[in-house]
Amino acid sequence: MIHYARIISCYSADTSGVCSALYELGGLTVVHDASGCNSTYATHDEPRWYDMDSMIYVSGLTEIDAVMGNDEKFIDDVCKCAQQLSPKFITICGSPMPAMTGTDFDALASIIEQRSGIRTHAMHTNGMKSYLCGASQAFEMLARCYCGSKGTKSAKPRVNIIGATPLDLSRQEIVESVFRWLEENGFERGCCMAMGSRFEELESAGDAACSLVVSASGLEAAKVLEERFSVPYVVGIPLGKEFAALLAQDVRRAAAQKKSIISCVERNCGQAENTVAVVGESVYSGSLAKAYSLQTGKPVRVIHTLDTCAELVAACDKKIADEDKLELEFEHCSQVIADPLFKPIVHLGTDFLPLAHEAFSGRCFRKTIPDLVDKTIDLEKRS
Amino acid sequence: MLKKAGGENTVLKGVKIAQASFPRPFDTGLEYSAPARGDWNIVHVGLLIPQSHQIYFCAQGCLRGVVQTTAEMEAMDRLSWAYLCDEDYAEGSLETNIIDSVSEVIKRMGKRPPCLLIFLSCMHLFAGVDFDMVIEELESRFGGVDFVKCYMTPTMRFSGLAPMPTMYKQLYQPLRMTEKNSKSVNIIGYNWQLENSCELRDILSSAGVALREITACKTYEEYLEMAQSAVNITIIPEAAAAGADLEQRLGQKHIYLPVSFDAQLIMNNYQTLCGQLGIPMPDLSQQQESAAQALKDAAKALSGRPVAVDYLAVHKPFELSRVLLENGINVKRVFVDVISGEDEQAFSYLKENYPDIEVYPTVNASMRFFANEQQDENEFVAIGQKAAYFCATDYFADLVCAKGIYGFDGIKRLAAMLTEAAAVPKDRRKVIQHKGMGCQSCL
Repeated sequence: MIHYARIISCYSADTSGVCSALYELGGLTVVHDASGCNSTYATHDEPRWYDMDSMIYVSGLTEIDAVMGNDEKFIDDVCKCAQQLSPKFITICGSPMPAMTGTDFDALASIIEQRSGIRTHAMHTNGMKSYLCGASQAFEMLARCYCGSKGTKSAKPRVNIIGATPLDLSRQEIVESVFRWLEENGFERGCCMAMGSRFEELESAGDAACSLVVSASGLEAAKVLEERFSVPYVVGIPLGKEFAALLAQDVRRAAAQKKSIISCVERNCGQAENTVAVVGESVYSGSLAKAYSLQTGKPVRVIHTLDTCAELVAACDKKIADEDKLELEFEHCSQVIADPLFKPIVHLGTDFLPLAHEAFSGRCFRKTIPDLVDKTIDLEKRS
Repeated sequence: MLKKAGGENTVLKGVKIAQASFPRPFDTGLEYSAPARGDWNIVHVGLLIPQSHQIYFCAQGCLRGVVQTTAEMEAMDRLSWAYLCDEDYAEGSLETNIIDSVSEVIKRMGKRPPCLLIFLSCMHLFAGVDFDMVIEELESRFGGVDFVKCYMTPTMRFSGLAPMPTMYKQLYQPLRMTEKNSKSVNIIGYNWQLENSCELRDILSSAGVALREITACKTYEEYLEMAQSAVNITIIPEAAAAGADLEQRLGQKHIYLPVSFDAQLIMNNYQTLCGQLGIPMPDLSQQQESAAQALKDAAKALSGRPVAVDYLAVHKPFELSRVLLENGINVKRVFVDVISGEDEQAFSYLKENYPDIEVYPTVNASMRFFANEQQDENEFVAIGQKAAYFCATDYFADLVCAKGIYGFDGIKRLAAMLTEAAAVPKDRRKVIQHKGMGCQSCL
């Protein structure tokens, strides 16, 4: 099976997803990969790299170490670094070459933990999957291992944000807008996995009344919190005025009834006239599709270009990842809302509304990424 | 710097040069990547072939960097890709997938490019992909297209020729054997055009010798005409393998005239060049004197301020440091991970005569926190982006791989850059994060 692209970009990979999810929490994250491979993440996938020091490193894997199975060097280097930097936890990630040689990361994590005395986690990444897969594993690990309940009660229902990384939300300012919207709707700020929150805040994640899942990468972690602490979740980002109002109601309902709701999928799918498509990650695109539909009255569907699960896909949506199939699909659209790097495969007669997505176009259009939280969507005005 | 997520107990890794050992002053270990991005990568270099197109085959994680490099250059119409899945290498279908993907990409192109660079990854080499067979099949399918074997194989960086020398070598593979013109020479493996004021240009033009540079070629045909030159000059060590390959394959004489800041070595370079071409060696004493004067002027402008140099700015940071120190410029820090053989002599000299110079790595894990811990921002004047970043200074000469710095003219230019750097701050954050110095960028 070949997966190729003539002209469009590709998404960030699973290792970047892990690094992005864990960036602010004071852990040591090591990608077992060749020297230089960390510059891709640091340059294109991590807007915090220049402004915020974090312990994200690459092992500098060589061919001879891969061929000879010299795992001892990796273990030794990680332990030495951990000794020097005293991280709160350690996470190790695989890349393509260790995947080919069958490196046992669970075993490596166990040895590193034993030697360093620091809790160590293996992420099952191989550089061949999308960032959502990596970030999802990282968030799930946090939910299982570090989230807790202190039994503290708050005056107002507390809401966590789960699945926030710059790859989907770009800037802290957008996360803050979500928290502001929550506060304006009578909720209290919970922890955020994982932009703008300290590691210690995870310890009370289980005391929240609800979790708000803002990307597909946060869904599994939210399910773990539900399973461990009976915290229900709501899936969606409060984009646009109308959807923000509905989402607030869903959060209230979920908290009151202890029942999870996937708000971004409950959309006006329309029938044959549904020719407006939002392209990209399921939760953001689903939320935007719903917001845009509520605002304009038009049915809007989502073309999911990344890995997703059935519960995030509405009946009118499609899952398409390959460029040639996307190009054919776009022929049937009157309007496409997508990252600017999709534009070359959108027909000239189709109305194209650019909306940059950091996980697709990196830092190219970062400055143009709008904060649409609880705001009227005015994509037409932007170019 | 705003925030910090860990690293509170970091111990800095620098050493005094007196304690530094050659060629690796520091232990290897986990690696950090400083946010200085002016260096060129294989995408930038490959795009130097006019009208060429690149296709990358690798895992998504490896693709991301090259695709984003191209997107920032607004050159996505010159790059295609195919990604590998788990099952691809297990099924033994790697060769077929490459051939089929290239065929599909070509079908989707409006016009066939004259040259296609096919990049394979560590995974392909590790799996023993028959690259020759792939190229032969593609050539049989698409006559008139030059297919070039290229490699994105960082895991194999110590297994034979390193990635960048390999890229420079492959960059000239389409050149074919042709009749030589003794009045034509090439500069090989240099990412920019030599400055018009460089005396190398004057020497050649005075003797009626044409200078061809890939960076000046507008068309693929013009690029192919580089095969007519009788001599190839390389000026950076990474290009030497390309020069040697062309000498063996096309009979073009290769001469390595490395970038240098040492007046005697510069003279030696020009003597070698003139000797090879059979042209008279001009009197360069005036240029030499004005270069020396420029350094004195720079020293005056710096008035004792500490200076830091990094290995990415120039290939021989210790040679540059020695020349600067000898001219009254206060070099205090050198950032380098591995010292090249060409720089060993200068390193030993400094070790003996300036033992207090501080040597720092750039990739060592502890360096993550170095910039943030600088007590005195803007204390240093830096030469190079990494030195500027680590020393937290906005006063720096924005220099990567000695761009535009060659011969006595180069010394004058560097001195002028230093003089300006001492007086005029730059937007460090913005400048050093621009990828591929001199390349177009949408940022």
